[in-house]
Amino acid sequence: MSHWPFILGAYAAALLGTAGLTVWSFVAMRRAEREADGLKDGP
Amino acid sequence: MHIFANPARFLRLARPLTAWLGWGGALLIAAGLGAGLWLAPPDYLQGETVRILYVHVPAAWLGMAGWAGIALASLMQLVWRHPLAGVAARALAVPGAVFTAICLVTGSLWGRPAWGTWWEWDGRMTSMLVLLFLYVGFVALADAERERGGDGRLAAIFGLVGAINLPVIHYSVLWWRTLHQGQSIGLTRSSIHGSMLWPLLVAALGFALLFGAIVLMRMRAALARQKVEARLRRMAT
Repeated sequence: MSHWPFILGAYAAALLGTAGLTVWSFVAMRRAEREADGLKDGP
Repeated sequence: MHIFANPARFLRLARPLTAWLGWGGALLIAAGLGAGLWLAPPDYLQGETVRILYVHVPAAWLGMAGWAGIALASLMQLVWRHPLAGVAARALAVPGAVFTAICLVTGSLWGRPAWGTWWEWDGRMTSMLVLLFLYVGFVALADAERERGGDGRLAAIFGLVGAINLPVIHYSVLWWRTLHQGQSIGLTRSSIHGSMLWPLLVAALGFALLFGAIVLMRMRAALARQKVEARLRRMAT
């Protein structure tokens, strides 16, 4: 049995999970901070 | 820690730190995993499968470190009423859950070629699964409390009580000698050969820095949302 499909699957799961979490957190932060900054400029 | 009780002061430090931790973490992860895949030798017993170590172990450490952080933040919230402690605990929960899930998935992918099974109700694996359920419970409880305008005390108590699972995970390989291997890396010594250890430590440091950046991003998002909500409440009255 070749071990490489298992190794590549594990790396893919780790990297996709980490990248997805990072992008999600970054987008949520940017959106929330832009909204908060918008209030400063508002009435 | 009380220096950062003021969110403005915290944000002055968090803004530059987020980018440094994020990019530094990404570079170290690339270096550590690259070395783990192409430079580190295969194991004499497990062969190439041992390379899963470089993603599995950092994920396990961060899954546990995330809950240790929640317990510490909960203690600070309950005892000293630190205003950012609740925000920090909530910001740690989802990243901790994701890394625990990564640990379980990569462990399962390691278990199939190494042990011949995807899953076993072994002490270490079961206690890590319990940690994942604790994270899900914490997120649900903290969200429900926040929606009802609570002070987050229930979630903080849950965060402290859930920390009982951490020594169970750590000592599970000693208490119940089943399928999962024993501890091979301690604070002072390791049974892993240096040629396999250094990529692991580099990757673990990289994942830890990125984890820190993610937590800071989530704290910044939560503080910005609090600011908007406070402003909207003022406008409504």
